[in-house]
Amino acid sequence: MAELNTGGNEGKGGKKVRSKKQNAGVDLTAMVDLAFLLITFFMLTTSLSKPQSMDLTMPDKLDPKDVTEKQEAKESKTMTILIGKDRALKYYMGLLNGAYPGSTPTDATYGKDGIRQVILQKMANLRAAGHQGKDGIVVLIKATEDATYTDMIDILDEMAITGVEIYALQDMTEDEKAVMQ
Amino acid sequence: MAKMKKSSTRIDMTAMCDVSFLLLTFFVLTSTAKTPEVYPVDLPASTKETKIPSDDILSITVGQENVFIGLAGREDRIDVLNRMGQEYNIEFTKEEQNAFAGMENFGVDIREMKSLLAKPSSERMQKELHKGIPYKDSLNNQLSSWVQKARESSWQRKESFLKVAIKGDANEQYGTIKEIMDILQKQRQNRFYLVTGLRSDDF
Repeated sequence: MAELNTGGNEGKGGKKVRSKKQNAGVDLTAMVDLAFLLITFFMLTTSLSKPQSMDLTMPDKLDPKDVTEKQEAKESKTMTILIGKDRALKYYMGLLNGAYPGSTPTDATYGKDGIRQVILQKMANLRAAGHQGKDGIVVLIKATEDATYTDMIDILDEMAITGVEIYALQDMTEDEKAVMQ
Repeated sequence: MAKMKKSSTRIDMTAMCDVSFLLLTFFVLTSTAKTPEVYPVDLPASTKETKIPSDDILSITVGQENVFIGLAGREDRIDVLNRMGQEYNIEFTKEEQNAFAGMENFGVDIREMKSLLAKPSSERMQKELHKGIPYKDSLNNQLSSWVQKARESSWQRKESFLKVAIKGDANEQYGTIKEIMDILQKQRQNRFYLVTGLRSDDF
């Protein structure tokens, strides 16, 4: 351990030089111990990854302009995703059970082999017809009361992954609720 | 010979010491302290990596239909508490204000706030005391008042728009989250940050 130069050496010359040499190195063991203790403390008490967030902007419900001036969207461009209980998921194009092909709700699954492929397919079709970006697909997301928050986040995440520019969270209509029963 | 052996048992710690202090400095500088939470929630995962702003933010934690509020900044908390006090005709003393400033988040009825603040600081964060902020009753919607007061406070004192973060539990029903969003939208707070964790599995 650390040795202090007591200075009690009687000898002179060569002997004194030697003892000085030995004491030149300070024992750092305790210091290292302390440093590692502090490192451990900081590693355990800090949250390393700051939580992330999703930015979500909803249309103003109180502004009459936003409510009355409903966006006109073609049936071929509008896709509605219905989120139900126990991770049930359905989608349809255009108006519910309307004339447009694909307007009867179809079952889908979450994840890269499920709804993502459907969205990407629709986007590719629209792109071929010259519609993309803000002029492209419009996705309406509607969830039932008993769907979980995770389901909603998963679908919003899907929007971010596929790069859908226009999407909105909306309330479910009675007809759609019946579909999700 | 014997002397030689003795001196060789020592290891030079200088480099190790250097490295460990370098790491220590790194951790001290990059870390943000974990804030104690009255209701820790399981965050849903997402791939988005937008960071949450750390100042001027009101976080609303939603778990099991209960709502908890967290405000950033000590002065902001005191100011918002005083504004709430004015609305509900409760006067808070200096000590109570200071006690409130130390609370990162809370979930109590404003009428029970005084008795909570009177407790010693070690007991204040006990889970049983925080039963959630009333928000279901439209006549006693304290969540709405808190948000409104916090927005007023941040606009009048700093001329900045308050940001609202929603921290929902992964298993929370969407209905509850929607209710919270509706309360916010009634005040034309149409923009929120949905707090998520990092998605690690292949999605």
